Amino acid sequence: MEKRTDHIVKSYDDELDQIDHIIAEMGVLAARQLEDAIQALVKEDTALAQKVVLGDAAIDALENEVDALAVRVLALRQPMALDLRRVVAAMKIGGSLERIGDYARNIANRSQVVTALPGEYGGIRVIERMGGIVGEMIHGVLEAYRDANVERAEAIRLRDEAVDQLNNSLFRELLTYMMETPSNITLSMHLLFIAKNLERIGDHVTNVAEHVHVMVTGESLESERPKSDHSSQIISEKP
Amino acid sequence: MHPIPVTTTATATSEISSEQGEDCVEAGSSVISARNIDVFYGEKPALTNVNVEIPRHQVTAMIGPSGCGKSTFLRCLNRMNDLIENCRVKGNIFLDGEDIYAPEVDVVTLRMRVGMVFQKPNPFPKSVYDNVAYGPRIHGIASSRADLDEIVFNSLDRAGLLDEVRDRMHESATGLSGGQQQRLCIARAIAIAPEVILMDEPCSALDPIASARVEDLIDELRQKYSIVVVTHSMQQAARISQKTAFFHLGELVEEGDTERIFTTPKDSRTQAYITGRIG
Repeated sequence: MEKRTDHIVKSYDDELDQIDHIIAEMGVLAARQLEDAIQALVKEDTALAQKVVLGDAAIDALENEVDALAVRVLALRQPMALDLRRVVAAMKIGGSLERIGDYARNIANRSQVVTALPGEYGGIRVIERMGGIVGEMIHGVLEAYRDANVERAEAIRLRDEAVDQLNNSLFRELLTYMMETPSNITLSMHLLFIAKNLERIGDHVTNVAEHVHVMVTGESLESERPKSDHSSQIISEKP
Repeated sequence: MHPIPVTTTATATSEISSEQGEDCVEAGSSVISARNIDVFYGEKPALTNVNVEIPRHQVTAMIGPSGCGKSTFLRCLNRMNDLIENCRVKGNIFLDGEDIYAPEVDVVTLRMRVGMVFQKPNPFPKSVYDNVAYGPRIHGIASSRADLDEIVFNSLDRAGLLDEVRDRMHESATGLSGGQQQRLCIARAIAIAPEVILMDEPCSALDPIASARVEDLIDELRQKYSIVVVTHSMQQAARISQKTAFFHLGELVEEGDTERIFTTPKDSRTQAYITGRIG
C-alpha cells in the first residue's frame, strides 16, 4: 500500500499528513530519549539523565496532539478503508511511542541512582547492547510506518527475540551476582529494572510493527510472535 | 399487458404472500439473481454485464458516483425501466427463480412483489389512511373494512409511524413532515406485503433525525422483507446494509459483505471511491 494522498478534499490530505508528521516526530524524540538515557547510564552523566527526565513531557504533548487530530479526522471526515486504518494505527502507535518515552525516562531516573552507587559492574555493557538493538528497532519501525512497508515491519518484529534473550541472560547473571555478594543487591535490582524497561520497549516496538501490518493489509497478524522472555520462570539455586 | 402508470409505490397484487415464503427459505439465500444484465438508453450503454445476487432478508446497498448505473439497475428489478422510452434491458433477472422479463410475466403482479420507495416522499393528495389503503384496495387484498383497517394500522405500525398519525388518519398526508411522509410511503409499500422493497436514496431529502428514523426502520424491516437501497451516503450504506455493490461507469466493480467492502476493498476503484478520491 502506498499511502495515497490525493483526496478530492485537499484539507483532508493535509490533516492525514499532519498526523504522519507528528508520529514521525514522536518517534525521533522517543529514540533520542532512549539513546540519551543509555548514554547517561554508561557514562554516568547525571546532567544528561536529568535532561531525559525533563524531555519526556514533549512526547506526552505530541501524543495529545495526535489524539486530538485523529479524533477530529474521525469526526469530520468519517474515514473509510485504508484512511480509517491509517488514523486508527496512528492513535495506537502514538500510545506505544508515549510508553517508550516513559520507559526511557524511567531508565534515566534509575541511571542517576546507579551512578551514585559505589562499585562497577560489567553487565552495563549488556544493557548498552540491548539499548542499541531497541534503538535500531524504533528507527526501523518508524521507517516501516512511513513507507507502509509490511516486510520491513515484520523484520523488526522478529528482532525482538534477541532483546528478550539478552534480558534472560542478564537476569540469570545478576541473580548469581546478588547471591554471591548481597551488597550488590541495590545496584543489581536497578539494573534488572532497566533491562526490564528495555525489554518492554522492545514489546512496544513489536506492537507498532503489528499496527503497521494491519494498517497496510487490513488483516491482523495470525502467527504468534516468537516470545523469548523467560525471566519470569527463572529460579535461583543455592550455590 | 400494460405497465401500470405508477407515480409512487409501484406495487400490485399477488397470490403468494411473503409470509408463506419465509418459512421455506433460509435468510441469506438469494431472492433475486441478476445474470448478464446490459441496459441501453437508445444506443448508449448504461450498464454492462451485471451479475449479482440479492440475499433474502438482508439489506443490499448500491453505491457509486452519479451516473454509474446504480439507479438504472435498481429500476430493472421491478421493470420500472419499461416506463422509460428507448430503454432496453438484456439478460435475465430471476425473482425466486422466475425470470421477471419472461413474456408471460404480469408486471403489475411483479411490482406488487417488488415494491419501491423513492428519493422524494410522494404521498397521494389523500388522507393518511387512504394513502396506505390505496394498494390493498386496488388489488382487492382486504375482504372487509375491518380487514383493511388492520392492514393500514399494521403497516403504519411497522413503518414506525402509527403513534404519530393515530389522531390524524383522515387528515391530508401532504400536511405531514418530510420524514413522516417518507415513512408513510414505506407503510404504503408494505401494505401489499411485497417480498422485496427497492429504495432509491430514501433519506436524501430528509433531515438527519428523520434519516436516522428511516435507517432504524430499514434495519427492522429486513426481518420480513429483502431490501435494496441505492444511497449516496457511504456511511449510511456501511451502517444499514449487510451486502454492498459498487458501480462505476456502468459496471459492477465489486460486491460483497459490507464490512469487507468498507474496510478492505479489493478493487482500487472501490478503494478510491469510498475513501473520497473519485467523485
